[in-house]
Amino acid sequence: METDFTGHEGFIELDGVEKVFDVRRRKGRLRREKTQVRAVDGISFSVPRGEMVGYIGPNGAGKSTTIKMLTGILTPSGGRVRVAGIDPARERTRLAQRIGVVFGQRTTLWWDLPLRDSYRLMHRMYRIPDERFKVNMARCVDLLDLGGLLDVPVRQLSLGQRMRGDIAAALLHDPEVLYLDEPTIGLDVISKAKVRDFLRDLNAERGTTVLLTTHDLTDIEQLCKRVMVIDHGRLVYDGTPGGLHEVGESERTLVVDLERELPPVEVAGARVVKVEGPRQWLAFPASVSAAPLVAAVAQRYPLVDLSVREPDIEAVIAKMYADRSAL
Amino acid sequence: MSETAGTAGTAGAAGAAKTAGAAGPVRPVGRLRSGVRAYGLIAAMWIRSTMAYRASFVMTAFGNFAATGLDFVGILLMFSHVDALGGYTLPEVAFLYGTAGTAFGLSDLVMGSMDRLGRRVRDGTLDTLLVRPVPVLAQIAADRFALRRLGRITQGLLVLGYALVALDIAWTPLKILMLPVMVLSGAAVFSAVFVAGAAFQFWAQDASEVQNSFTYGGTTLLQYPPTVFAKDLVRGVTFVLPLAFVNWLPALYVLDRPYPLDLPSWLAFLPPLVAVVCCALAGAAWRVGLRSYRSTGS
Repeated sequence: METDFTGHEGFIELDGVEKVFDVRRRKGRLRREKTQVRAVDGISFSVPRGEMVGYIGPNGAGKSTTIKMLTGILTPSGGRVRVAGIDPARERTRLAQRIGVVFGQRTTLWWDLPLRDSYRLMHRMYRIPDERFKVNMARCVDLLDLGGLLDVPVRQLSLGQRMRGDIAAALLHDPEVLYLDEPTIGLDVISKAKVRDFLRDLNAERGTTVLLTTHDLTDIEQLCKRVMVIDHGRLVYDGTPGGLHEVGESERTLVVDLERELPPVEVAGARVVKVEGPRQWLAFPASVSAAPLVAAVAQRYPLVDLSVREPDIEAVIAKMYADRSAL
Repeated sequence: MSETAGTAGTAGAAGAAKTAGAAGPVRPVGRLRSGVRAYGLIAAMWIRSTMAYRASFVMTAFGNFAATGLDFVGILLMFSHVDALGGYTLPEVAFLYGTAGTAFGLSDLVMGSMDRLGRRVRDGTLDTLLVRPVPVLAQIAADRFALRRLGRITQGLLVLGYALVALDIAWTPLKILMLPVMVLSGAAVFSAVFVAGAAFQFWAQDASEVQNSFTYGGTTLLQYPPTVFAKDLVRGVTFVLPLAFVNWLPALYVLDRPYPLDLPSWLAFLPPLVAVVCCALAGAAWRVGLRSYRSTGS
């Protein structure tokens, strides 16, 4: 009866999945116009067991809707969804035993109770064997630095602390799949690093399949070998994070501070996109190293300071779209 | 599910039931058991948390007791001016009040948190309940389980105790049996109204006030004898809302009083049946509401 998912068969399997919402808009005093919004418009992909995949796209692209269909919260309007061989919409509570979900924007913990009480309740609710619970709890407390927080009511935790608390809560029952919806949103640099380290270890040691939505391209670059981009409900890219830059022809920016105001810098492999007094912005392809460029500029111009800016996800996707429509 | 049941069918009925419960989609009985268990777990957590601040609990429970008791003080004040209300004496009114109050108190204790559903739909936190392996209804009903609501039950039981002492009833086994039956059936009918009201909030998120007018308003109505109200109101309450079954008809049977609207006396024995029907309807409304939420996401 148990299906082996280690082969080519995907552990998470979507086939032509659609989600259509009816949106009522007020038109005039009483009349309402009903329009259909295709939040997810025919998405197919397959994630093998143990993979860590980034799922990105601009706001309103359909990321959260996809996650909600993968957890069984929403019923798809069309297509086929399977997670660990289970149809999430039909057997939501059975699937719940095997998946963990972290919503970055809202907590699954009990707001007014100490963290410890939430975990104790999860223990019983998910029927986690005592020994496993103890081991998992100790591991999470250790790796996510929760030791001093267990007796603090959830509402008094900082955003970063709460997020770590939520991640622990999603993992106590040893889920085979972990969905993370914006797990690093609003976190400071140190908290982000902690969360990323933990997820990397989890995926490597436990083989937990992870699907991660994010706005932060650094999350993807540090964690995932594969990234899927969704826009307007459709999958527009599925491949390595590096390939994303090539497809999107994304550019990094070298910001240089010169000794004084000068005419736009002229170097091979980069073009000036902005000049503001002695400061100039040079765009160059993201796939190229910045070192030769910096050397070239430093050799010919009086350089005071410099910094390199990574392309952000919105820009990459916007570029991808501009190219597609230009074809 | 059919596949599991099919293979296990030859192995024995007991084994089949067990396997299907564990592996297949949860059946109604399994769902109920799982819901009750989850309710117990969540309620226990809130009770533990309440008991951590014992003094605060005692004060809020007493506040609940006093606030709900003011209703009866109002009745006492009325009786300081008149000897009878709609032909009913003070102990008789106390009997109506005590049974209705206790029944409502029980359902308020168990299901009183249901009206928070609308807020959860609005702010999206309902989604977090949908990813847990236990029924959503149980999670919402048990959320912030408020032990202080024991105050209302205590108050209802005290008034009922007074009525039973003061009344001169020719007790028969049937009449004695009627007491727990009417209180429990009443609690079930009120709980059904709580659940149906919550189900309505899947569509209209501010509907909790409508539901409150049925539950809180309903008990207030039932605390008085039917003869003080206009006939149309009584008819509406009896047929449109089965609230009359909660209290009036069985209570009038115990008190040996004539029925309103010339209803036959065997109706007094219907409360358990009405309670079951109400709960089934409320359960169906809940399922439709939840299904609608899961297809629209709002």
